[in-house]
Amino acid sequence: MIKQFLNLEWKSFFRSASFQVNLVLKILMGFGALWMCASFAIMGGGIFFILEKSDLEPLKTVNQFMLYYVVFDLLFRYFLQKMPIINIKPMLLMPFNKSKIVKFALGKTALSFFNWMHAFFFIPFSVVLLSHGYNPVGVITWHFGMMALIYMNNFINVFLNDETVFVVIFGLLFTGLGGLQYYGYFDITVYTAPFFQGLYEQPLVAVLPVILLVVMLYAAFKYFKKRLYLDAGLAKKTETATTEHMDWLNRFGKLSVFLKNDIKLILRNKRSKMTIFMSIMFLFYGLLFFTNAVEVYKGPIWRMFAAVFVTGGFLFNFGQFVPSWDSAYYPLMMTQNIRYKEYLRSKWWLVVIATGVSTILCIPYLYFGWEVLAAIFVGAIFNMGFNSHLVLLGGAYIKTPIDLSSGKKAFGDKSSFNIKTLLISLPKMLGPMLLYVIGHYTLGPVFGFALVALAGVAGFAFRDKVFDMIIKIYKTEKYKTLNAYKQNN
Amino acid sequence: MIDIYNLSKSYNGVSVLNLERVEIPKGQSFGLVGNNGAGKTTLFSSLLDLIQPTTGYIKNGGYKVNESEEWKTHTASFIDETFLIGYLTPEEYFYFIGDLRGQNKADVDGLLSGFEDFFNDEILGKRKYLRDLSKGNQKKVGIVATLIGNPDVIILDEPFANLDPTTQIRLKGIIKELATNKDVTVLVSSHDLQHVTEVCERIVVLEKGEQVKDIMTSPETLKELENYFSGTIV
Repeated sequence: MIKQFLNLEWKSFFRSASFQVNLVLKILMGFGALWMCASFAIMGGGIFFILEKSDLEPLKTVNQFMLYYVVFDLLFRYFLQKMPIINIKPMLLMPFNKSKIVKFALGKTALSFFNWMHAFFFIPFSVVLLSHGYNPVGVITWHFGMMALIYMNNFINVFLNDETVFVVIFGLLFTGLGGLQYYGYFDITVYTAPFFQGLYEQPLVAVLPVILLVVMLYAAFKYFKKRLYLDAGLAKKTETATTEHMDWLNRFGKLSVFLKNDIKLILRNKRSKMTIFMSIMFLFYGLLFFTNAVEVYKGPIWRMFAAVFVTGGFLFNFGQFVPSWDSAYYPLMMTQNIRYKEYLRSKWWLVVIATGVSTILCIPYLYFGWEVLAAIFVGAIFNMGFNSHLVLLGGAYIKTPIDLSSGKKAFGDKSSFNIKTLLISLPKMLGPMLLYVIGHYTLGPVFGFALVALAGVAGFAFRDKVFDMIIKIYKTEKYKTLNAYKQNN
Repeated sequence: MIDIYNLSKSYNGVSVLNLERVEIPKGQSFGLVGNNGAGKTTLFSSLLDLIQPTTGYIKNGGYKVNESEEWKTHTASFIDETFLIGYLTPEEYFYFIGDLRGQNKADVDGLLSGFEDFFNDEILGKRKYLRDLSKGNQKKVGIVATLIGNPDVIILDEPFANLDPTTQIRLKGIIKELATNKDVTVLVSSHDLQHVTEVCERIVVLEKGEQVKDIMTSPETLKELENYFSGTIV
């Protein structure tokens, strides 16, 4: 049975229309994964000695911060780990019981990279502990306890897929706790560290995470099994429709037709709503850089990187996938009397307006100095003038259909931001960084800003040229795109 | 109005459509009949420039469909649900299509008021998005949307499928009325021989991509078609 499921997975990967793109991205992701594994392994092997050098008891110190490790893992998974998608409906009537379907789906998540990458940290660390005379029984129970917690995260994440609000609250709560600890007001780890330390000192404690894991696994199993009905988990959720006229958009003339439609698209579909949420998250990303909280992110170059990033959240999350957002009704668009230029300009305006709004929301970063604000404004200009065209150009080649109503699948993949998006976004940030570096180290920061801003303004001048290019691609790729959008995975 | 020249389409060397010359004059109501795989949808898709023919070309209103986009201004079509925008309400969808075809809200409302019977009170003002309507109701929306803006050419793929009997009869009424209008060319494909003979002046039968019959509809046509199809099946 498993063999058959695996066979289906295999075929769905190799027979998908965007196979080549997928393959390239998989290879890139593979390198990324290798890098992650290597850094985890180095950390696992080295952290003991680093802590020992600083006169800290290594295991105790690690245990103190284990809480944040586990929480961060959960949040990390929420954003990046994809839920297994099996086309479930056709399976329901097959002559095997539903438990098998659920078991396979859950089993697939268990094999995910997001689980076993932690082994690259825990195994070397445990080995070092053992070689330094730590109690072998304790180290082993600690090790298994930790892996059980990691796996528990895996199954919690399965539930979380639908609960964005919960994740936000959870994330904010722990950011708050981290802040309180950093400034010495309240230290949550005082209460949690004994548990992690207990995994080592009292081997019986390790039974607890294992029990929790089993409970979680059982709950996830029950939860999905119950939802395998056409009118339960597999049902489409029906919302009461609201009619909006949005007459205020009429000032955009002919563009308003598309703008209105795009705004409805974003507001009324789960996948696209996530782009708004992610854009807001991107706004906060700057804190990592501008506060100098992270050692490697110090320095003027990273400031430019962050500026492009915080103002470009919507640009990267939405613009990247034009015209895929319209994939569900692409044949309609292709047979209606639509001028490509108007269609593109509407999307472009949307991206530019959103970038503008993000920039205004970023003004509080002034707190970290005028240079930060200048970087943000310059980054915004670059995003509007240059990257806005680049994302639309890139989007023309991405032929992955977007299933707007992803409620159809019980294990639906609702996050619009994934590793793929990130990979395509990176080059768009390296450009301004490079320009800034050139300016910064020749004539100083102001010149660096000027260079980036100039590139952005120059981008505006080429707008129509780029649009013509994109339209050409749309036209030559039309049949291929139509064909690719027919696929629903 | 529509001229097909040496049109053929093959996938990996297997021919699925091969038409030497078909001419559809302005104002004709044209029916396309054939079993599954006969090439009906392939023909309509190439007519709408959604797929690329292997050889030959189609002219719609004098414009080659794969070279000019001018034909889009006078052609309306409904092939399947990919012609609907799921997250819009039916009203919003009609207005959107209206906007694209240069019709203001009042024009669209005027047109819709004529279809109250057809909608059977299940479409308008129901506060539902198109994606949440039943297949049949979605089809009704798609078909009525093709009438917005008085197009010269209307293309409907399997319009009768998925509709309840009452709606099928009403739809026949609508298509017949279009057929009497000598400015509108209607192209309909169907598996239902009776419906298609009732509404179309001319019927073309396709089999494995080849044209096997081209009939001007007469009282005997239904019998002729039934004989033909029972012959091919046995």
